[in-house]
Amino acid sequence: MIEVSGIRFGYPNKPLIFDDFSWVTKPGESWAVLGASGCGKSTLLYLLAGLRFPQSGVIKISGEVLHRPRPHTSLILQDYGLLPWATVAENIALGLRIRQFYGPDGKHAPEGAILEKVEQTVAYWIGRVGLIEVEDQFPGQISGGQRQRTAIARSLALTPDLLLMDEPFASLDTLTREGLQKLILQLRRESNLTTVTVTHSIEEAALLGEKILVMGSPPQKRCTTIDNPDSGEVDFAGSPSYNTTCSQLRAVMEDLR
Amino acid sequence: MRRFRLLWATLGILSAWWLLSLGLNKAIVPSPWLVIVEFGKEIFGSLGGHFLASFWRVSASMTLAILLATPAGLVLGQSTRLNHFFEPLIYLLYPIPKVVLVPVVLLIMGINDLSKIFMIFLILFFQVLVLVRDQAALIRPELVYSVRSVGAGRRALFKYVYFPATLPAVLTAVRQSIGTAVAVLYVVELVATQKGLGYYIYLYGSTMFDYPKMYAGILAMSMMGLGLYYAADALHHWLCPWQFTDSEKHI
Repeated sequence: MIEVSGIRFGYPNKPLIFDDFSWVTKPGESWAVLGASGCGKSTLLYLLAGLRFPQSGVIKISGEVLHRPRPHTSLILQDYGLLPWATVAENIALGLRIRQFYGPDGKHAPEGAILEKVEQTVAYWIGRVGLIEVEDQFPGQISGGQRQRTAIARSLALTPDLLLMDEPFASLDTLTREGLQKLILQLRRESNLTTVTVTHSIEEAALLGEKILVMGSPPQKRCTTIDNPDSGEVDFAGSPSYNTTCSQLRAVMEDLR
Repeated sequence: MRRFRLLWATLGILSAWWLLSLGLNKAIVPSPWLVIVEFGKEIFGSLGGHFLASFWRVSASMTLAILLATPAGLVLGQSTRLNHFFEPLIYLLYPIPKVVLVPVVLLIMGINDLSKIFMIFLILFFQVLVLVRDQAALIRPELVYSVRSVGAGRRALFKYVYFPATLPAVLTAVRQSIGTAVAVLYVVELVATQKGLGYYIYLYGSTMFDYPKMYAGILAMSMMGLGLYYAADALHHWLCPWQFTDSEKHI
């Protein structure tokens, strides 16, 4: 699904973040990317989303070299990236409206995409993530958890095959966060979605990642991954296997520091 | 509620004015009731014509300034390179009191409506430009990233992000421009015209010494400003409903 081969990337006048870094994932896998702040995990997402480009090396998604944001990839950012001037329903419809705006040109919208029935799709997702009572409100009027549900619905309404999430639950309280983590796990089971969740929390990485990519301090050269096959099982949190993964992650992070 | 507050304020000003006119007992400060009666008579006569002439100049120059300065501000706010290039120019030109250029503009553009509209436009243009540019520069890159990630290119970004994000700034600029526009209007109508409220006020104040008529002109000018202000306010509520919700405010 994702093939990162030998990329080099750094922001202008800053030290390199990736130096000959390679990483491969298979379709349908759910990955967590774990690292301390400043290690370049958000940059990795921007690179995968086609919003930034490596100075050398190649990123391929579904076998195609990335030159621009790809219609089948969705990105959810920490601060939700919702339009403050659009209602919840309008925000969820945004991606579909943009696809209608351009038509199925293969660049902004997938070729052959069916662009009718925006209302039905939006209504389905509003119900699916539980936002019916706030669908006509603006993002400034709803809670952080509801905003994040809006962002998730907006992304999934586009039926992506790759979902990228940057610290999606960082600013939420524990109960809301757990509710949303469960929702993501459920949605993942319903589709063959490949997910990459960036997080600085060991517990969240263990909960959401069947495979976990651990990043040390930059520049990233080698790719340290940990298998966590039981993630996604019911009641995984708190199970012995979950605890093993957590302590394993902690050890690796100490090691990479 | 708001209408009642406005009513109370109006009554307050009228009473203060009335007391002042009683206390001074001079022709230069006539009683407000006298002025209101004069206004009622004149507004359907010659004052009405002057009002329309002024209203046309103010609205034409405001429309022109908004139509030209908004896209320019959007481009400057989003392009650091262009902004670096033009910023010194704007900062040199912005603070110049452009009213002093009235004779020059009259000489070049001639004694007509165009020169007056251009003069007001010149002053408003920079106000709107700077406000819109600053607002456009405030758009968070994360917002642009996430909208681009759902497929938006340049045109969709303009439609779904830049335009709505700067709309409040444009309307704030409109409201701010009203005061300036009306003030400049008076100055440009002092010279080389026989139409407009500025001319009317000057004529009756300094030539004919008919003070109730002069104040009727001032009243007409204030009411034009107030009307425009309310229109801008209504437009703001209508076009930017997300700014008028009960909970926290956004952009």
